[in-house]
Amino acid sequence: MKQAGIVIEMEHGRVKETSLGMITLAGRTTESLTALVMDGITDEVTDQLAAHGVHTIVDLVLPEAPEIRQNPAVRAAAVVQAVRDRGLDHVLGLSSPEGKDLLPRVAALLDAPLVMDCVDVDLEKGLAETSQYSGKVMAKIQLTGETQVFGVRPNAVPPEPKPVKADVVAMTGDKAVPETITLVSWDDGDAEGRQSLVEADIIIAGGRGLKNRDNFSLIFECAQKLNAVPGASRVAVDEGWVPYALQVGQTGEKVSPQVYIACGISGSIQHFAGMKTAKMIIAVNRDENAAIMANCDYQVQGDLFDILPELIRQL
Amino acid sequence: MRIYVCVKHVPDSAANIHIVDHLKIDESVPFLLNPYDEHAVTEAVALKQQMPDSEIIAVCLGKKGAESTLRSALAMGADRGLLVETDAVCDSMATARALHAAILKDGSPDIIFTGKESIDSEGMQTQFRIGALFGFPVATNAASLDLTAGKAVVTCELAGGRTRTFELTLPCVIGAGRGLNTPIYPTFPDVVKSRKKPITTLALSELNVSAAPGSAKIVAMTPLVQKRTPRKITGAPSEQAAEIIRILKQEAKVLS
Ligand SMILES: Cc1cc2nc3c(=O)[nH]c(=O)nc-3n(C[C@H](O)[C@H](O)[C@H](O)COP(=O)(O)OP(=O)(O)OC[C@H]3O[C@@H](n4cnc5c(N)ncnc54)[C@H](O)[C@@H]3O)c2cc1C
Repeated sequence: MKQAGIVIEMEHGRVKETSLGMITLAGRTTESLTALVMDGITDEVTDQLAAHGVHTIVDLVLPEAPEIRQNPAVRAAAVVQAVRDRGLDHVLGLSSPEGKDLLPRVAALLDAPLVMDCVDVDLEKGLAETSQYSGKVMAKIQLTGETQVFGVRPNAVPPEPKPVKADVVAMTGDKAVPETITLVSWDDGDAEGRQSLVEADIIIAGGRGLKNRDNFSLIFECAQKLNAVPGASRVAVDEGWVPYALQVGQTGEKVSPQVYIACGISGSIQHFAGMKTAKMIIAVNRDENAAIMANCDYQVQGDLFDILPELIRQL
Repeated sequence: MRIYVCVKHVPDSAANIHIVDHLKIDESVPFLLNPYDEHAVTEAVALKQQMPDSEIIAVCLGKKGAESTLRSALAMGADRGLLVETDAVCDSMATARALHAAILKDGSPDIIFTGKESIDSEGMQTQFRIGALFGFPVATNAASLDLTAGKAVVTCELAGGRTRTFELTLPCVIGAGRGLNTPIYPTFPDVVKSRKKPITTLALSELNVSAAPGSAKIVAMTPLVQKRTPRKITGAPSEQAAEIIRILKQEAKVLS
């Protein structure tokens, strides 16, 4: 039987919901699920994984020093070692910011095919579905090769409970530490504790309609009240109102939240490329002919400077 | 320094994409230099300004028409172009093998640039595969680059304003991100001058690239139009706001 290894991401000592969703997705087309954990295993982590259908949990036991354990080249080598030791046929990981710097390294080391940002996978058949051409096309891709790697879009499917019994094994032994690439420093920005855009359930984004940096506080305030993550169009970023990290779109983040609230954003092709897979789109715009008004679920025609303060007041 | 920049010929992001035979796109749309590769070329040109005896070679795998993308790279400041011509559709594993073989045949690189991804297939992996084939370290989504004492210090962007800074030995592979620089916008004289710069074409078959042990092949394509039927939320701003909150609670169930 085919064995799938799932690279687990954690946050505050718990398995991320998006990682649990990926386990659910993998479990639809394969029975044997192995979780690959790099950031320490606790009873809570074991319980979370077993509750979602993971039979084997492999603790990769990375060196303690953060500059070594956070180095994606070290992590990739450890994953590859686990793939070989455990005879895994598939590797799945999140197409998250970390995943984008990890899974391609794993695939390159294994010389195995990889599809990033999959919205669906069929491990039995070796098929992946992903969007291409700035979100204009959905492509079904057939992978061939002894080992196959899949980057799964966060929130592609919600986690579903599937309780099983899980064994924990530790993969001790020396870890390969490459000499050609070292991690010298890192900056966690002001994102500490804040959800990332790609994993958000609700995103409220602002565009040119906000007019200046100060007005963007309306978006931040709404986001805080909604427990949402703020986002922006490229114009808002290029104007210097918000950092690039907030940009949604073809050259920004690609997101699939439950709800995307676009305020003062016209809905250009490039913006849609980043958010068209949102479950629900609510557009707040003055212009009923704006592109976004024709391709949303709810159009709120009006002045965002009237509507957003009301929203803040009522929340 | 010998600097190679891998560039890709991709459909304009604003183009309407039509699908043929449920399998491929209609290629009669404008094609141009992949936007992230513009950052890659720009960074190479900046390095050459610091080290004037450097040479910048733009390398592209593609059809004959991809020459125009190499011309764009030349207009931005690359010295010469190398087109590995093929009509075949190449996945990332095959592409990396072809680029690796072409660069190896041409000379020995000190640094290889790519974009962090291409906006057509959005694979995000070719830079890592080229690195693995050469045995060079790789950093991706680079937002700053400094060459000091024979090392590359690269700051890479993660989401949410987070960054990581790596030190790479040379030679290395750098996947350019948007934060790296502002792309050079060639002037008309630049464009004219670039017409005289040489482009060498060689057929992919001449490179005798060995087959990869795996592949990723598109077997179906469908347009991604999530047709939404907009419903209007009307009334005074206070009523509109109230209705948004009701929808978030009762329909989307994201608020309690
Ligand atoms: C290669 C390339 C890559 C790109 N990548 C991206 C990307 O990743 N992300 C991205 O977003 N863009 C991207 N763009 C840019 C894109 O083409 C658009 O220019 C951009 O998305 C427009 O931003 P906007 O909607 O905020 O501004 P506009 O298009 O100017 O729209 C502003 C909207 O605000 C509305 N408005 C104004 N005032 C108010 C008010 N008081 N109340 C309510 N509504 C109001 C207007 O009616 C209008 O619809 C890219 C472009 C290129 C060429």
